[in-house]
Amino acid sequence: MSDHAATPAKTTSSSGFKIDFHIWGPVIALVVLVIAGAMMNPNFLSYGNVTNVLARSAFIGIIAVGMTFVITSGGLDLSVGSMAAFIAGVMILIMNALVPSMGVGIGIVLVGMASALVVGLAAGLVNGLLITQARIEAFIVTLGTMGIFRSLITWLADGGTLSLDYTVRELYRPVYYSGLFGVAWPIIVFAVIAIIGEIVMRHTAFGRHCAAIGSNEQVARYSAVHVDRVRLMTYVLLGILVGIATIMYVPRLGSASSSTGVLWELEAIAAVIIGGTMLKGGFGRVWGTVVGVLILSLIDNLLNLTDLVSPYLNGAIQGVIIILAVVLQRQKKAQR
Amino acid sequence: MSQAARRIEETVPVPKGQTVLAARAASRSFGPVQVLFDVDFELKAGEVHALIGENGAGKSTLMKILSGYLAPTGGHIELDGRRVDFASSDEAEDAGVILIHQEFNLAEQLSVEQNVFLGREIRKGFFLDHKTMRAETQRLLGELETKVSPTAKISEISVSDKQMVEIAKALSRNTRVLIMDEPTAVLTNREAEILFRQIERLKANGTAILYTSHKLDEIARLADHITVLRDGHRVANVDAGTMSEDQMAQAMVGRELSNIFPVKHEVGSAETVLSVRNLTVGSIVRDASFELKRGEVLGFAGLVGSGRTELMEGLIGVRDAEGTVEVGGKPFRLGSVKDARRAGIVYLTEDRKGRGLILTQGMRPNLTLLALDRFGKTMIDGKAEEAALDKAIKDFDVRAPTRSVLVGNLSGGNQQKLLLAKTMLAEPDIVIIDEPTRGIDIGTKQQIYQFIHALAGQGKSVIVISSEMAEIIGLANRVYVMRSGRITGEVQGADVNEDVIVRYAMGLEGRKFDSHE
Repeated sequence: MSDHAATPAKTTSSSGFKIDFHIWGPVIALVVLVIAGAMMNPNFLSYGNVTNVLARSAFIGIIAVGMTFVITSGGLDLSVGSMAAFIAGVMILIMNALVPSMGVGIGIVLVGMASALVVGLAAGLVNGLLITQARIEAFIVTLGTMGIFRSLITWLADGGTLSLDYTVRELYRPVYYSGLFGVAWPIIVFAVIAIIGEIVMRHTAFGRHCAAIGSNEQVARYSAVHVDRVRLMTYVLLGILVGIATIMYVPRLGSASSSTGVLWELEAIAAVIIGGTMLKGGFGRVWGTVVGVLILSLIDNLLNLTDLVSPYLNGAIQGVIIILAVVLQRQKKAQR
Repeated sequence: MSQAARRIEETVPVPKGQTVLAARAASRSFGPVQVLFDVDFELKAGEVHALIGENGAGKSTLMKILSGYLAPTGGHIELDGRRVDFASSDEAEDAGVILIHQEFNLAEQLSVEQNVFLGREIRKGFFLDHKTMRAETQRLLGELETKVSPTAKISEISVSDKQMVEIAKALSRNTRVLIMDEPTAVLTNREAEILFRQIERLKANGTAILYTSHKLDEIARLADHITVLRDGHRVANVDAGTMSEDQMAQAMVGRELSNIFPVKHEVGSAETVLSVRNLTVGSIVRDASFELKRGEVLGFAGLVGSGRTELMEGLIGVRDAEGTVEVGGKPFRLGSVKDARRAGIVYLTEDRKGRGLILTQGMRPNLTLLALDRFGKTMIDGKAEEAALDKAIKDFDVRAPTRSVLVGNLSGGNQQKLLLAKTMLAEPDIVIIDEPTRGIDIGTKQQIYQFIHALAGQGKSVIVISSEMAEIIGLANRVYVMRSGRITGEVQGADVNEDVIVRYAMGLEGRKFDSHE
């Protein structure tokens, strides 16, 4: 036994020189992408372009942070895109309805924001309760609510588009278009949420419990973890973050329709997976998710800026990257 | 089609005593770590060759080399005197060398019959020949005296039935060499008896059998030949008759094992710390009442499936239970593991791989999961965790190759020690340990017994559930015996002996319950 104990220590130190793709793969990909972009188009790293890319990726990014927790604890949420559209619709209807009584002012925008958070929280609660209390699989539940939310926004908009009252929109616009010290608000909000998310995942009992539940629910249960409560919390947290993402999104276009937020859920899940979180749960990292979000939106941006590859192939390239990310994770496992 | 079907019919006659499969100076290294050193090992037709050793002695590695799961890094394998290099376990199985894993290789969602013929389905033209396969499965299970239905789903049958299905699967092939990795670890005594009869039958047919077990009385009874491994070296290779059980244990451990159980503490008239009245757990446990005193080691004996585990799981809140429970004289509300922990009760599961530890994580998150609230209110204090891990490694003698090793890569004994450390981190007053030494080598067993003894000495109270009679008798001040979900008897003092306990467990003595019998 004693000689077993001594020797493997050496192996790990010598293999430390090798690059661990599981950890550094996404970062390397991002760096390569930035360098390639800068070489292909001088505009790529310009202030305007960077701000544009980051601000637009903020919606998916904020949602993806919440999705990281859901997936880490072994769950999944397919409803976030439809949920965002629904929340946007409800927000717009509430604000429009209040214009006659409240008048146009900061108050009405704040009420709109609050309603987005409440609706997001409620939607997450519905998903979470169905999954933890009715014991229906997350995939089924959120596939169902995805259809429900999508249908509801279509119905609310009567098949068309819900537009925010013009004067309110003027007041609300800066939330997307303005910023602090030259950094746009969506970017600031995304950054703050990402940092808090990373800390919660790595340094709090909640994050630890998510990983434990995703690894082995039984062990978590026998270790005094309130499995259902933690699971429910991940869906509620995600719902609230969808609400926040919608708050940042509505001032951009000032409208919501049945095509709002289409495929956001897949982009968010893709970002989480590219970032190194395991789809079957048990291990998650928020910083990886942020890198994943940036990779996806930079590819999109690069294809639009250069004429090397048709932008229509964007989806194909993203698909290859998602599959590659998972293959790299698998290789790591086989080495063990 | 019926290559498989034909194989079932024929039995290849092999002259008894002829070497079928052999390892010649087999060595194996994993990276720079050598775990097997020039081991010679022969399996002869019609003989049971027992392979024994502590956990980590290299038994599994040798078995895997013989059955094609691993290639030796030195030496080679001979089949019928000719050198072979099995490229995979499939090749070995085609040659009639079959390993029955300790953790079963069964598809949980398929039926018994589908599993027995998995990968070798009998076909009629393009379609599956269900009738033949069912009849054949039925015949094999009948031979094994197992009542399980060929159409039952694996996920719905008991662990011991799964073992029997594995054996039926092996029997359905032309098995020349059968390698059994601790087959009785999950069997009741009665089931083990059936298994032993099957082993005798296989022997008579000329099958060569490699048998491993931590239960030395089984070895003494079954084996024709014994090989002892220690730290990857062969330290003994003798005819079974020439080695007593004590000598086996000594050869495995490499030192003299004096009495492996410590001398029991006197409990006397200490106060009652736990009182359970009429506890009913689902439809499994009925009206269980018992008491636990300070500083006591309380044994729970009974057959596998008698409801001991379920009773304790009901008590600590992972199963729905009803009844009146008092902890330290105060009423205790059932239903939450957290509440149980707060009241000072912790439970160490018998299923350390499925319920005790997260195998895909490192030691640190595993260690602190139960008592995470002790490491900071909002943020986890990583330094304190590291310190706790240092202490656990030292106090419980956890031997890990590296600090960051995944828990799944630790040996069974070290996993059990880590699980003990995890549980003790919750600073309990009442510790319930379910099968404290299942699948653990004798050296580690002794450490765990000492530990339980020391806990009682510190004034904590310990409940030990065990199917190993020696363990109950060696450790417990007082014993409750369970049968069919009821507590049928209480034994203490000089009555704590095998004879009395078995009589209660078998229902020959004690309270009778009409509804169940």
